[in-house]
Amino acid sequence: MTAEALRAPADPYRPGPQTTAMDAPSQVTGHGAGGPAPKRIIVGYGFWIFLLSDVIMFSSLFAAYAVLFKNTAGGPAAQQLFDLRNTAAETACLLGSTFTCAMASLAVGERSQKWTQLALLATGLLGLAFISLELREFTSLVARGAGPTRSAFLSSFFTLVGCHGAHVTAGLLWLGTMMAQFYAKGFRENIRHRFLCFSLFWHALDIIWVAIFSLVYLVGTLPSELLP
Amino acid sequence: MLGKLTWQAIPLGQPIPFAAGAFVVFGMCAVLIWVTAKGYVPYLWREWITSVDHKRIGIMYCLLASVMLLRGFSDALMMRSQQALAFHAAGYLPPEHYDQIFSAHGMIMIFFVAMPFVIGLMNFAVPLQLGVRDVAFPTLNAVSFWLTAAGALLVNLSLVIGEFARTGWLPYPPLSELTYSPGVGVDYYLWALQISGVGTLMAGINMVTTILKMRAPGMSYMRMPVFCWTSLASSLLIVAAFPILTATLGMLLLDRYVGFHFFTNEAGGNAMMFMNLIWAWGHPEVYILVLPAFGVFSEVVSTFSGKPLFGYRSMVMATMAICILSFSVWLHHFFTMGAGADVNGFFGIASMLIAIPTGVKIYNWLFTMYGGRVRFSSPMLWAVGFMVTFVIGGMTGVLLAVPPADFVLHNSLFLVAHFHNVIIGGVLFGAFAGYSYWFPKAFGFTLDERLGKAAFWCWFLGFYVAFVPLYVVGLEGMTRRMQHYDRPEWYPWLLVAGLGALIILCGIALQIAQLTISIRSRERRREPTGDPWDGRNLEWATASPPPVFNFAVLPIIADEESYWGIKQRAREQMRLVTPEPQYQPIEMPRNSPVGFITAFFAVITGFCLIWHIWWLVVLGLICAYITFVVFAWRDDSEFVIPAEEVARIDRANREARAEYLREFGR
Repeated sequence: MTAEALRAPADPYRPGPQTTAMDAPSQVTGHGAGGPAPKRIIVGYGFWIFLLSDVIMFSSLFAAYAVLFKNTAGGPAAQQLFDLRNTAAETACLLGSTFTCAMASLAVGERSQKWTQLALLATGLLGLAFISLELREFTSLVARGAGPTRSAFLSSFFTLVGCHGAHVTAGLLWLGTMMAQFYAKGFRENIRHRFLCFSLFWHALDIIWVAIFSLVYLVGTLPSELLP
Repeated sequence: MLGKLTWQAIPLGQPIPFAAGAFVVFGMCAVLIWVTAKGYVPYLWREWITSVDHKRIGIMYCLLASVMLLRGFSDALMMRSQQALAFHAAGYLPPEHYDQIFSAHGMIMIFFVAMPFVIGLMNFAVPLQLGVRDVAFPTLNAVSFWLTAAGALLVNLSLVIGEFARTGWLPYPPLSELTYSPGVGVDYYLWALQISGVGTLMAGINMVTTILKMRAPGMSYMRMPVFCWTSLASSLLIVAAFPILTATLGMLLLDRYVGFHFFTNEAGGNAMMFMNLIWAWGHPEVYILVLPAFGVFSEVVSTFSGKPLFGYRSMVMATMAICILSFSVWLHHFFTMGAGADVNGFFGIASMLIAIPTGVKIYNWLFTMYGGRVRFSSPMLWAVGFMVTFVIGGMTGVLLAVPPADFVLHNSLFLVAHFHNVIIGGVLFGAFAGYSYWFPKAFGFTLDERLGKAAFWCWFLGFYVAFVPLYVVGLEGMTRRMQHYDRPEWYPWLLVAGLGALIILCGIALQIAQLTISIRSRERRREPTGDPWDGRNLEWATASPPPVFNFAVLPIIADEESYWGIKQRAREQMRLVTPEPQYQPIEMPRNSPVGFITAFFAVITGFCLIWHIWWLVVLGLICAYITFVVFAWRDDSEFVIPAEEVARIDRANREARAEYLREFGR
């Protein structure tokens, strides 16, 4: 049955460009000529959409931070609080873990159990190091009387950075599950799809960290005359 | 051990909340006992609760919405009767209870009636219209539904244990902060929405992926039915807007639970930031609700006019224009914030601009009817009723978009009348049109038309009788949410409004009667061809109810109206034009209880968060994680329907249609 035989007679009064009988499905506008996409595409695509929604959630937190940045209520401001050396170490850990996560993707592509597990372990350890550095920063801030309840500025700072940290922590749980699944079930298709999602998630956390690093820590430590 | 929870939380001393709570508990117990006694539990568990079939999930969404509509409407009746009685008097509802009622009414109607209804219709119809077998992520779809149901359950629990928010349907700080709302009401509100919000977001992601990545061969974008387009626009808005709601409510939760200062009066908090953030979600939300309704009307108007939709491309353009513009108007909800003339001017003009694509749609529907053979079946009545009502609501909206006028009308009953005018006239009429349009598809028998039409007229007239008086008293200066008043000129109008609510009550009663009577006489109402309305899109090519796999073979799409061309050719030749296909075995996703279990733990965790029962919160989260891992560990997630079974089911449908064509020939 060709597509032609299924077509209704053309309506000569229809506004807009006329699709003539000569149009093959491949020539019409838009996609979809070939039917549903393969499972891998659908899973990856859906997860991308989720990540976009997550980015929007972070953008609300960034917006709140920007609005409340100067509302220190007589308490400490960003310049007195942030330690760029600690931030640099955190950034190095997280970017390093992204590299090892990409290595894990290559190892999965090669179906190498040993290298997959090693690369994921390295990713996990670097992530853990990131979280401990962040926790150290948070506890030292609280100890100096700059906890989240001190001012609106600090509330928004702890929420924004902490929300990223919570994502990394959830990512670590997911990573452990992923390692166990590769170990127990091998490189089955659906598990590789999950790993695709995990690596997208991990890389997205990196992108958000770059924004936090630039907009919170770098801008926050600018001399006050340079601040907007 | 039990946090803040004590026996005081049960409203034994307050007769009205206690009676309402007891009624709900009694109703739920009665249903559970009836289901158990009749031995329906295994069937319900196997076929519905664990189902990952998009059609069944869609039906369950609509059912949830209908039940919650009864709850939300009883709140409405109480408010109308209170205002009818409270002239120079205290009425029968004390202020702290009245405040909970209007808060619950708004919140329930938006989040647990309108949202599940439109998501349910999208779930049911979109995969059928796209010519595919399910949504992109069927199990996730079940999780979405059950999380929404979990949120609804938490809201209803607040009737029986504790209290609900007294802050209005959006919990504006600083009133909603711990200082001024120390009870659990706001916490009920926040956790119910955080839980159901996750479900809604997942549903949106699922729908976007389905529409963009899963369409039958040949179904290019410009061949998708308009309902799919509006569902796409609405789902994109869900993905873009709901994270803002989650973040905003999260900030309020942090303020309330751990003493942060996002929106407080002290320590540099900024309450107006809440208004901005909540409406950056809230205005797109309006279009999340109304766009799918526009899609339903497009389907209904073209089907019942017997014509292709007029201006299909402009309809698509208008839908996507509304989708984008909806993010640039949020400030019109608080022109009185004092942002200055330039800002208010920008948002006022942006708000008026939305009237243009909406007007395009209205004219397209009218021109679709023009010259058509219009059949006024009940879905079409809802559509025509919508066109009249929505235009009026839209025009009062344009009035409110003028900042100086808004300064006068802000928070008056004029505003209340306006948004009921567009939400009842747009969303709810759309939901009812979709319900009566797709019901025969979902269940294989038609609804009683006479009662359906009577229900429409009650709703239609009841709406005007209830809300035109509110426009009037709004112009006379009556503000919203008044528990009592002493202005004699308002009193008669509020009596009339109360009468309108009673007429709407008749409409609801007629709808319940329609459903009951139709179910009882279903054998007589069977609809064998699967195409009772002479439909034009692919959902009408399947049997009613459609088999679990929807389509035995994926259809090839050659046309904007994917089914009409095939049907017309078949009618000309008086036989089926598509030869019997080579049937193949079909892989379908297995049923899974993961949605139900996730929702179970979500209710426990949410409830314990509300009442500060921390150990159980931790336990609930651990159990949720275990559920997730166990689900991830399962080995076979699909089952195969053998080719013979597919052939048997599909041949029956083909035979019914061939029979119809033979009849048609005579």
